[in-house]
Amino acid sequence: MSLLELRNLRVTYRSERGDVPAVRGVDLTIERGQTVGLAGESGCGKSTIAGAVLRLLPKDTLVEGSVLLDGEDVYAMKPGQLRAVRWSGAAIVFQGALHSLNPVRRIGGQIEEALLLHAVDLGLDRGQARRRVGELLERVGLRADRARSYPHQLSGGQRQRVLIAMALACEPDLLIADEPTTALDVMVQAQVLALLAELQLDRGLALLFITHDLSVLNSTCERLVVMYAGRVVEEGPSRELFADPRHPYGRALAQAFPTIGDPASRMHPSGLPGDPPDPAALPPGCPFHPRCDVAVDECSTVDVSLRDVSAGRRAACVHVEVTT
Amino acid sequence: MSDTVLEPTPADPVEYSPRAAVRARRRASVVELARHVRADRIALAGLIVLVAFIVMAVVAPLISPRAGLSAVDSIGNPAWARPSWDFPMGTDHLGRSVAAQFVWGARVSLFVGFAATILTVGIGSLVGIVSGFFGGWTDSVLMRLTDWFLVIPFLPLAIVLATILDRSLWNIVFVIGVTSWPSTARLVRAQVLTVKQRLYVDRARALGAGRTHIVRRHILPNVAPLILANVTLAVPISILTETTLAFLGLADPNQTSWGKTLEEAFGAGAISRNAWWYYLPAGLGIVAVVLAFTLFGRALEEILDPRLRRRSGGRR
Amino acid sequence: MRARFVIAKVAGSLATLAFVLVVNFFLFRVVNDDPTASMFRGRNMSAEQIQQRREQFDLTGSRLEQFIAYVGQTLRGNLGDSFLSNRPVTTEIREAIWPTVALVGTSTVFAMVIGVTLGIYAGWRRRSKFDVASTSFSMFTYSVPDFWLGMLLLAFFAVNLGWFPTGGFEDAGSTARGIAALLDQAHHMVLPALTLTLAYIGEYMIVMRSSILDTVGEDYLQLARAKGLRDADVRRRHALPNALLPVVSLTALNFGFILSGAIAVESIFSWPGLGQATLEAIRGPDFPMLQGLFLLFSASLIVANLAVDLMYGFLDPRVGSR
Repeated sequence: MSLLELRNLRVTYRSERGDVPAVRGVDLTIERGQTVGLAGESGCGKSTIAGAVLRLLPKDTLVEGSVLLDGEDVYAMKPGQLRAVRWSGAAIVFQGALHSLNPVRRIGGQIEEALLLHAVDLGLDRGQARRRVGELLERVGLRADRARSYPHQLSGGQRQRVLIAMALACEPDLLIADEPTTALDVMVQAQVLALLAELQLDRGLALLFITHDLSVLNSTCERLVVMYAGRVVEEGPSRELFADPRHPYGRALAQAFPTIGDPASRMHPSGLPGDPPDPAALPPGCPFHPRCDVAVDECSTVDVSLRDVSAGRRAACVHVEVTT
Repeated sequence: MSDTVLEPTPADPVEYSPRAAVRARRRASVVELARHVRADRIALAGLIVLVAFIVMAVVAPLISPRAGLSAVDSIGNPAWARPSWDFPMGTDHLGRSVAAQFVWGARVSLFVGFAATILTVGIGSLVGIVSGFFGGWTDSVLMRLTDWFLVIPFLPLAIVLATILDRSLWNIVFVIGVTSWPSTARLVRAQVLTVKQRLYVDRARALGAGRTHIVRRHILPNVAPLILANVTLAVPISILTETTLAFLGLADPNQTSWGKTLEEAFGAGAISRNAWWYYLPAGLGIVAVVLAFTLFGRALEEILDPRLRRRSGGRR
Repeated sequence: MRARFVIAKVAGSLATLAFVLVVNFFLFRVVNDDPTASMFRGRNMSAEQIQQRREQFDLTGSRLEQFIAYVGQTLRGNLGDSFLSNRPVTTEIREAIWPTVALVGTSTVFAMVIGVTLGIYAGWRRRSKFDVASTSFSMFTYSVPDFWLGMLLLAFFAVNLGWFPTGGFEDAGSTARGIAALLDQAHHMVLPALTLTLAYIGEYMIVMRSSILDTVGEDYLQLARAKGLRDADVRRRHALPNALLPVVSLTALNFGFILSGAIAVESIFSWPGLGQATLEAIRGPDFPMLQGLFLLFSASLIVANLAVDLMYGFLDPRVGSR
């Protein structure tokens, strides 16, 4: 049984301007201990998926399809069960650590809160919880006495580590990292990535790493899933995908982040023209066709679903031959 | 999702000068603004009510003879008369038509409201811009002055000033204007500081742009919407202040305003006589105008300040 | 460091207070070059007597000397004597202060409690019927002139229904003492307090609601929910402490306005507080009284502002630290 299974997940936000389909039919499976990277530009629906897993989306959002965590339907759970599963089944490391931490409470207390909420399951009392906070902080490379600090007293990298420590508190099986390194500078980014990789190996965590930076995913994830306009457009083992992307968008993403020291990428920097489509007003046919450099006539009228490229590799492009 | 800046669509006549582009953009912004207002029914209602009162105030001389306000000319009228066909809002203790006082009172109340606000926002914006832009000593001194004004309890100061000066219409405008500018100054200064920090001002300076140019082209356009929204919300405050000052007997004795009507009604014992027609209309008029301004002003603020708009959208 | 923050704020307040003293003095001198003139209207006094009176009121010497004398006296707690009653200003103020504090204090407390509660629920459940209803109510009361509301309440409850007296602090000629006296005063206070409470509620409600709305969108609430916290606890432990900050400062500021806030309403209800005193002083004009009242009002506002600054420094860890 997979740890996380998304079956035909569809998420529609309701706003004053009408319904906005942010996720339009996504299948995703993560096994225990597996590392999966989810890549795409802003607005493609990747952060929505993170929220959908733990049922954190706004109350009036329409969620269809199923989200199975350890075989159980998250959306069929009773509130008490849901609260118990949150953080202990799966935990999220949010982006923008400065805003994800309560500015008027000490960080130690915020981590302790997570522990105390699940104290029964973890078998902890108050004193043990406090000690555990210290251990967690040290595990992510911070001094235990940092627990008494307020968020604004820490640097960006330190705050991100705090979020990671907090996510690990209840020993989840799945860690969802939503753009954890986006707001950080490169050196700190590398440190945080190394930390995540280390922890993942250490504890056998499953990791869902969400980002728009494909190069980061290459080194940390076994599988890659590329999303565009609310759908998966390509997926497969990361090394293969990175080396030989089959979907034009996947290709553009891979090329967008040049390899330092590689003269080839220096000579041909590439960006993708145009903007991501507005989820409320998608173009007809394949949503990528307005920006695609190999689009054919068919692309503007017929939408394409995922096709098998090879074992474990799929891409949703008309240029991929359909194998029966 | 459309934003405030619209590019001229291919349907528009294509002009190539940058000035024309700016003009087209401004026109488009106004159109967008009008569309938003029309869509927001509450704001529209507020606007309609306001316009109705303003029109009534302006045409006052046509619909209600000035003589109706004079006690001497009203000697023949029944005093304390209930509303009737002859006197739609009844008469007061001197036989004067309350309806006439209502209509003419609107003139003064609205006039003072607008005039005082222009003074308030004028002084406040000037201080705010100068203080925020120049910084340093100028800023410190001006801010100390502003702080002092904020600390002085507003009503007593207004009362004292009104006492010192003769009781006249313009003096009331002056008093309200001079005591209310500090909060505007603070708001404007904060906005100027935000704009100043933005990179493009630094770049403009690096390019050699002079101070006036920076103020005119960069700071003013970014501060103007805030000032406009502030004006719409400052008018009701000015009106309420005039009402209070008039009630306390500090208004121009030769003019009638809604506050003055209330003062006279109270003084003549309208309460104990249950002459509700005397004190109800003026109060309701104030509530209507202030409420209309506030509703319209809030909608305007939401439209002009993009930071506020995101709250009315769907997802974060 | 925390200490430096406190010292800076206190110093600032003292500076403002000094400024107030200066302006207070010169403002009233501008109005009235020689206050003794109005005192001596219609009386026959010899030059000697006039000079004597002048000295008594410290009106001799240059402006600067007068100012120094004024400051000296004020610091010693002497605010001069009222022109109208010839009693010390401090006495007059002492007698008028309690009715005002009782009235405005009670109203502020009620308005704050009710307004904040309404605001919390309205903001938490935005756009719900409750929110729309309470916001409309608040906007309405915010637009109403407080003394007019008083007039309406007076007309309805006192004149028509006769449930409450039409004014005053206690029944005229009453010889009641102790609890009975307090009850009588409370009875008299109901309508004016109701007026002020209704007038103030709107502000608290709107500010609290705004603050909650600002907080509701914050990411740390989402994190709290993701950890498995109940909705009510998310609100109580994370949203409220942040959302209450602006309201706390608003309340403290409004306490600064307690003394000067009810002038018009006190007039309607013939409430013998500082408001009435101010109006009588204006009609005089009783300059020592006005000067003293003015100083009192300003000082209370300065103190309230200082209290807010210090409180914010204490409550919000982001303020006042390095």
